[in-house]
Amino acid sequence: MEYQVKNISPNNFEQCIKCTICTVYCPVLAVNPDYPGPKQAGPDGERYRLKNPDFYDAALKYCLNCKQCEVACPSNVRIGDIIQTARLKYDHKPVPLRDKMLASTDFMGKMATSLSFIVNPMLKLPITKKVMHGTLGIDHHRTFPKYAGSTFESWMRHKAPDQSKFANQVAYFHGCYVNYNNPDLGRDFVKIMNAVGYGVELLEKERCCGVAKIANRMIDEAKRDAGINIDAMRKAVNKGKPVIATSSTCVFTIRDEYPHLLDIDNSDIRDSIFLATAFINRLVDEGKIKLVFRKDYSKRITYHTPCHMQKLGWALHSVSLLKSIPGLRFVPIESTCCGIAGTYGFKKENYPYSQAIGKELFDKIHAAGVEMVATDCETCKWQIEMSTGIKTENPISIIADALDVEATMKANKNNA
Amino acid sequence: MKYDTIIIGGGLSGLIAGVKLATQKQKVAIITSGQSALHFYSGSFGLLSHDENGNDLTHPLEAIPLLPPTHPYSKIGSTSIPALAEEGKKIFADAGLTLVGNASKNHYRLTPLGFCEPTWLTMSDYALCENPAEVGWRKATIINFKGFLDFMPGFLADGLTRHGMKCDFATISIPAVEKLRKNSSEMRATAIAKVLTGDNLDLLAMEINKNSSDSDVVFMPAVIGLDSERPIQELRAMVRAKLLCVPVVPMSACGMRSQIRLRRYFEKLGGTYILGDNVAGGHFSNNRLEYIETTNLGSMKLEGRNFILATGSFFSHGLVAEPDRVYEPVLGADVNAPADHSQWCGKSIFDNQPYMQFGVTTDKDFHVTFKGTPAENVYAIGAILGGTNPIREGSGGGVAILSALHVARYILASSL
Repeated sequence: MEYQVKNISPNNFEQCIKCTICTVYCPVLAVNPDYPGPKQAGPDGERYRLKNPDFYDAALKYCLNCKQCEVACPSNVRIGDIIQTARLKYDHKPVPLRDKMLASTDFMGKMATSLSFIVNPMLKLPITKKVMHGTLGIDHHRTFPKYAGSTFESWMRHKAPDQSKFANQVAYFHGCYVNYNNPDLGRDFVKIMNAVGYGVELLEKERCCGVAKIANRMIDEAKRDAGINIDAMRKAVNKGKPVIATSSTCVFTIRDEYPHLLDIDNSDIRDSIFLATAFINRLVDEGKIKLVFRKDYSKRITYHTPCHMQKLGWALHSVSLLKSIPGLRFVPIESTCCGIAGTYGFKKENYPYSQAIGKELFDKIHAAGVEMVATDCETCKWQIEMSTGIKTENPISIIADALDVEATMKANKNNA
Repeated sequence: MKYDTIIIGGGLSGLIAGVKLATQKQKVAIITSGQSALHFYSGSFGLLSHDENGNDLTHPLEAIPLLPPTHPYSKIGSTSIPALAEEGKKIFADAGLTLVGNASKNHYRLTPLGFCEPTWLTMSDYALCENPAEVGWRKATIINFKGFLDFMPGFLADGLTRHGMKCDFATISIPAVEKLRKNSSEMRATAIAKVLTGDNLDLLAMEINKNSSDSDVVFMPAVIGLDSERPIQELRAMVRAKLLCVPVVPMSACGMRSQIRLRRYFEKLGGTYILGDNVAGGHFSNNRLEYIETTNLGSMKLEGRNFILATGSFFSHGLVAEPDRVYEPVLGADVNAPADHSQWCGKSIFDNQPYMQFGVTTDKDFHVTFKGTPAENVYAIGAILGGTNPIREGSGGGVAILSALHVARYILASSL
């Protein structure tokens, strides 16, 4: 029927039946009364904004874009997308310098990595923090992640000849964090993939996934980067190489935010873009690869589900891999938002809310009595480490540490 | 991924079936597209509260054998019902939820309008009585929080006065609740319940005692105990008069508590709960559903020996109505509803509305039919069953719980 066709609205906006379940699960609303909440900011506000853009409420900036509202919604309304789209469409204020700096992870990373011997100690100095707090508005409680001396990309270039020898190949979207701050995570990924008979190569080109640029309304830059990434990924996928990333937020942004917020069509390759744990667990589950672990590994670990991981619906992959490590005592917790939401928690005006949101999670982690927390998101990692003092690692690094490489290679020699 | 049973729908019936199967060592997954209708829980479950003419029923077990053969209770069999009813109550208790009542005789719950309505089980927080002619309370103080709009003490008092009670009112506040008034549209039951813990309970008890010195009973809105019964128990221990809760506008605090507790119990038993994902389709072969695929898991199939459809009715999108048809959107099951729109609704809203009885078609053992043939391993439970008008009969909770347990038992018996 014709009117049914016309009734289809962007982000399923017309499907909202005003049940208010989303408002109960919004982490911001619980701590910040200035935020109108997902229902008001999302579908309700949209009704007004469609009539007149003047109804746009600047308080929408308090949205973390954690998508917990969407996960809770029984009617599949993309509430978070409605809010983010409104911010991009109606907020015309110039993007402040601080936000630009925080969002330009690629540019900042490139500069800082080459000067890491100066930048790292400087960023730690109380005086630097004080100046950044006062002049830029970057909260002084935060410590920037350490920059590596050389990038992951430059390490990979040396490894390329070895990698091409494997019969199976994947393309790795390493993301800014692995490239500039934690190349070890990338090396851990390569170690696991090689052990199960897969070679890893870089994409022809890689830019920041753009999550921080979207959050800071740098829409043109985000679109440009997204276009470059999708082109490079399409080339890899067309050569039969799935694209794998180790950050849940990068994967989520590329798979879902590109088409929903940036109007970039990825439908032809979306199903070939994976998070590393999801890719590996699937192969294990299908019996195509086998992981063998060290007998002397022993650790008590919990897993924190990042909000974007929850939205991806893939936490079960990471948990199931961690549980398959014999020496790992897994302590389950019910995850709630950690509060940092990427660049959000670095801004001094958001810092108190960020910590108030995370408190429930920090208490649960303390109560779990673990030696280490596993999580697939780097900003969750920074937040948990800063707020609980407990070491937090990507599951890939934990698996790589526990892996018996020789035994795994033997078990998978038919793959290689 | 392979499971013994995959349940589609994570609300009341899905969780009860999941718990029952998991206690018997089945590997169970529940997949749900968002949060459930349990969030609208009034605090009571009816087994059968009214006969077809709307008269109160005192002894539901005596009335069940008289129901038409298409009613879910008739398919379960009236002789099995007492045992299933006890088992349901025990599952709640094991999950940490105390329900009062038994199947042989209905008790009466107090409605927000001060009326007494027959029902089967009521959460221990709430006001109930055995006989509406003798409510057993003489003088009540009705407490409300300043600025809380989802509870109407005047209506409650009006009803209670008809029962011969005297009522007075007290509007109270404590600082933590006062803070919520800043965002008045979001000052709701669950938001208040979030802060009514710990020291705030002492402050609240003092306020209640100060305002109810000559009352034998205090009624307060049900805004306490988001994930456990402990806050209401602690508060009761400090309040001099008998303290009872009265239902308020949803989101329901005890509904969230039920959802959280049942899910936690299910996961503790080893169940997998997948929230925020949608079943994209299923693959049938030889009259059996082999596997389903979901939006988030993509090409990774969820294989099951048994499948249970527990997707609810129209509210939860277990059924969808378009102008010329009512259909079941997940698997495309047969639906018991006429195509002619004019036969869906009665003229008066208080008529026995035909659409309330719509549901998927099932055989005597709740196997779901597809194009007239029952699938061997697909069952339906809960509100999607139809054949009953849950609101008119007061049977929604009972049908959800008992059909879930009946089907779980059937699955367990057939897999021996």
